[in-house]
Amino acid sequence: MAQLTLRNIRKSFGRSEVIRGVDLDIAKGEFVVFVGPSGCGKSTLLRLIAGLEEITEGELGFDGTVVNDLPPKERGVAMVFQSYALYPHMSVFDNMAFGLKLAGAGRGAVEERVREAARLLELEPLLDRRPRQLSGGQRQRVAIGRAIVRDPRVFLFDEPLSNLDASLRGQMRVEIARLHERMADTTMVYVTHDQVEAMTLADRIVVLRDGQVEQVGAPMDLYLRPATRFVAEFIGMPAMNVLPAERTADGKVRLQGGAAVDLAAPSGAGTFSLGIRPEDLRLAGEGEAAFLEGSVVLVERLGEAQLVHIEAGIAIPLVVKLPRSVRVERGDRLRVAADAAAFHLFEESGRAVGLRQEAA
Amino acid sequence: MKTLRKIAFGLLVALILLFCLFPFYYAVLTSFETGTAIFTPSYLPDSFSLANYTQVLGRGFFPRNVLNSILVASVTVVLSLGLGVSAAFALARIRFRGRKLLLLTILSVSMFPQIAVLSGLFEIVRGLGLYNTLGSLVMSYMIFTLPFTVWVLTTFMRDLPVEIEEAAIVDGASPRHIVLKVFLPLMWPALVTTGLLAFIQAWNEFLFALTFVSSNDTRTAPVAIALISGTSAQETPWGAIMAASVIVTAPLIVLVLIFQRRIVAGFTSGGVKG
Repeated sequence: MAQLTLRNIRKSFGRSEVIRGVDLDIAKGEFVVFVGPSGCGKSTLLRLIAGLEEITEGELGFDGTVVNDLPPKERGVAMVFQSYALYPHMSVFDNMAFGLKLAGAGRGAVEERVREAARLLELEPLLDRRPRQLSGGQRQRVAIGRAIVRDPRVFLFDEPLSNLDASLRGQMRVEIARLHERMADTTMVYVTHDQVEAMTLADRIVVLRDGQVEQVGAPMDLYLRPATRFVAEFIGMPAMNVLPAERTADGKVRLQGGAAVDLAAPSGAGTFSLGIRPEDLRLAGEGEAAFLEGSVVLVERLGEAQLVHIEAGIAIPLVVKLPRSVRVERGDRLRVAADAAAFHLFEESGRAVGLRQEAA
Repeated sequence: MKTLRKIAFGLLVALILLFCLFPFYYAVLTSFETGTAIFTPSYLPDSFSLANYTQVLGRGFFPRNVLNSILVASVTVVLSLGLGVSAAFALARIRFRGRKLLLLTILSVSMFPQIAVLSGLFEIVRGLGLYNTLGSLVMSYMIFTLPFTVWVLTTFMRDLPVEIEEAAIVDGASPRHIVLKVFLPLMWPALVTTGLLAFIQAWNEFLFALTFVSSNDTRTAPVAIALISGTSAQETPWGAIMAASVIVTAPLIVLVLIFQRRIVAGFTSGGVKG
């Protein structure tokens, strides 16, 4: 049964509508990640669920009860903020105990819960410190601890790792994943603009755009079968190559000013686009028909692989991800190819045509 | 060159100190002198006698007047801070129509010169039956302590991170809890500063104190000092006046010394990022 139900949720600030009708079901124990570019409304949606913002229209249900007008504490939510938002004048222990004390828990119970959370997060030696004596990662762990001790029904994260440096971010990501495993009954909703976090943590990803849901699905579904051009370009790093294409006389797809691809073009006229992920492209073998041919204008060596930008006489340079063992220099001429199944087709409206054959 | 600049800096500091402290120094000096020694200018202590102090403290109402001053100033500070904090929470954190107008109105209250509101205020004091009571002073002092208390605290509270408040809301704190348990501890520096300023203003106020109370046992210290008189109209008891002035100044200095430790910079650091 869905624990969290969003029914046509809308939110306006003054005249501008920020959330424009969101419908979503989130199951108990599920880890759902909201992603989208900045300004897409993902944080606002989270704050609506938390109860920090008022819902303008629509119905928000927790376990089947409408909670639109309930304050956060009665919804049973806990939240971890991007900026940690610890109480600077309280020790780590008091920070975590604050909510419990307010709820009227006994001294023994408070002590026990806080110690347990501290053990879980390896904060035990720090319980007497003040937030300003802690590092960024430790502060965020305290913030998570503060949320855990209240044993919430729904755990909300608002870009919790954005303030940490890259290496710490990776470490905390693993910790959050482990936390989710240990708290299997707790629903988690996580907002981020970092698609690596989204891909690695989520059971399901919700891609938001301009206050509307663009696509909901398991991470690999979104990666392999993006429903729209927007999702295709947003998920995946480096971004998918999307090239303008047209229909040939015999109903095949052809790049504008380029080669034909062995792919049935969508019925109906009009222009459309052809998408191909950089990692799905490879160098064409001897005698193999090339998808595109062009000269290398830039090589970005990432270490484990390299991104090769190829100028092929089309509007945008094509990005190809090649293994590090391939020797490529600027100015080389390359012929690249890809399996027909790896291509994505998008209508002019941005909607994907058909779906890829490849299994998830 | 470097030493020259250091010397010049030292001289400047010395000059400023001299300018600020000399009047008080001279008052202290005079308060320990008696008889004709008072009337011969001397800049170093040459005689020492506590006669003036025993005279001031021993005679009649002065200790009572000091107590009145402490009472009036303390109550004024407590009320101003209490009202100031709750007003500041509303003005800084709750969005409502006319918030800016209200803030400006509050500020404009403090713009009227005391003498301009004196007669009207006198009627109010009489009407409320507060004439010749300490309550009249507390009420009238809040006219000038409240505006700046509210302003300073509002500015300070506005700068407290919103996330901390939201974290408290999610933790289940009511507005009262947020103010008392989260904001107040963070606002110590602002509370101490505004409280101290309000205390000093209330402590030194003269005009209202002269007007609204008229008997010896309700008077406050500044008025009492002004009314200290000698045995005849020709004699001004400078020694006693100086001793009383020193007694009245001392509590302020002590307060500042106590509280300057609490005015710790960067008290809020560490709660949110950075």
